[in-house]
Amino acid sequence: MTQITVKRLWKEYEGQVVLENVNLSVGDHEFVTIVGASGCGKTTFLRMLLGVEIPTRGELLIDGQNLPQEPGPDRGIVFQRYSLFPHLTVLDNLLLGLELSGSRVLGRLLGARRRAAIAKADRLLDAVGLDAARSKYPAQLSGGMQQRLSIAQSVICEPKILLLDEPFGALDPGVTADMHELILKLWNMNKMTIFMVTHDLKESFHLGTRLLVFDKVRVDSQAPDRFGATITYNIPLKGHRSIQTVDAACIVNKTENDGQNLPQHLLPMQ
Amino acid sequence: MLFLSMLPFILLISAYLVYSNARLAANPGDKLLPSPATLASTIHHYAFEEDERSGDILLWTDTAASLKRILTALGISAFLGVAIGLAIGVIPYVRATLASFIAALSLIPPLAILPILFIVAGLGELAKVLLIIIGVAPVVVRDLALRTAELPAEQMIKAQTLGASTWQLTIRVVMPQMWPRLIDALRLSLGSAWLFLIASEAIASTEGLGYRIFLVRRYLAMDVILPYVAWITLLAFGMDALLRIVRAKAFRWA
Repeated sequence: MTQITVKRLWKEYEGQVVLENVNLSVGDHEFVTIVGASGCGKTTFLRMLLGVEIPTRGELLIDGQNLPQEPGPDRGIVFQRYSLFPHLTVLDNLLLGLELSGSRVLGRLLGARRRAAIAKADRLLDAVGLDAARSKYPAQLSGGMQQRLSIAQSVICEPKILLLDEPFGALDPGVTADMHELILKLWNMNKMTIFMVTHDLKESFHLGTRLLVFDKVRVDSQAPDRFGATITYNIPLKGHRSIQTVDAACIVNKTENDGQNLPQHLLPMQ
Repeated sequence: MLFLSMLPFILLISAYLVYSNARLAANPGDKLLPSPATLASTIHHYAFEEDERSGDILLWTDTAASLKRILTALGISAFLGVAIGLAIGVIPYVRATLASFIAALSLIPPLAILPILFIVAGLGELAKVLLIIIGVAPVVVRDLALRTAELPAEQMIKAQTLGASTWQLTIRVVMPQMWPRLIDALRLSLGSAWLFLIASEAIASTEGLGYRIFLVRRYLAMDVILPYVAWITLLAFGMDALLRIVRAKAFRWA
């Protein structure tokens, strides 16, 4: 069981308010997708969950405990790029998480424990379809294969929470569809909670059980940094749509028609 | 393509032969551009015959002495480079303490403190090896510190989410990625390493490639100097090629 609670969370950098008054409650095994305009603090929010940014005010709780202030094995991350270790083969990239937690001093597993780790990695390699590429280096893989590996690498440690920062943003549309299938499969296999920042509204509706829209509620044109963004829409998806005042499909259609990816015309709820 | 790359060498040798011929025709005792026959007999004398006085075969004694110095110094510089460079790159406290100090140190002209080395360390092997280390190590340290800092932050964060401690991060993520960079840094330092080696051998030594060149200079013995220079160039080229091959074979990912 993983319960994430965010209470009156603020993030400021030297007079620039990035996020203000963020409140959120996310239950076990949810798939939370996060959308919003560029620079509205989606990634900052994700980085706070990761533990590399510290909230200025407010609380970030996992199962009632304060979130540790540095990244740890309970929270996996997949970035858009640079998530892989270029000096390790596909198999070794996958083994790294098991080796680091299994051997504090050497960071390497030997003998029977290594064989057990390889067996576990093999099953995952199979699941993500990288078995044939096991002894290649990341530079020899396509972008889609690299992201598959990066996701598998995070999942092998069985984190309670998986954070995805625009993981498919740099991929071809055809590849993205495969990736969606893969991430849903792993999400169901591992029963983890996923937070995914994306620019693609359609993707966010397709994958998520809950959609968060980040936007500024208050704007002062004289002092654009004075007010930060917050969660303006918190939409439960997958059968919960009826309770919403917004017709989710309508948002998608509208943005598709005027060629925009982002719900900029969505005015915050007054 | 091979012909094109050999062309400048062929032109240089041809020009030498033409001018050497012309000078020797005017004055058979000319020492500046010795004939191929003189060069061959001198090379034979230095490389294959024992010296009457010492009983050594001079070229090999000199080569062994010089290689021992330069390889010792490069080895120690590489070790310092990895140890200090990585510490500066990975540990913020070490960076705050040492980074600007090393930067300042690397700007001291090593030859300017050569007298200090001779005074403090004596005229033996230590001073010569130290000079090369002082010239090379700070550059290698700074290079590796910069390369370490250049590793994407995403990689470090990812490793932390896989449970890595600072120690594990260093030995499993940072250090393995530094080996090829260390080889690059050493390759770029080879030129200055040889420069410092020859400078120190020229001033105080009893054997070594640089010593020999400066010894025979007073007799205008171009027939010794030219083959020695070519030999030193060949050695440096060989070391460079060796490092390049090791890098390509051992670090296929890079």
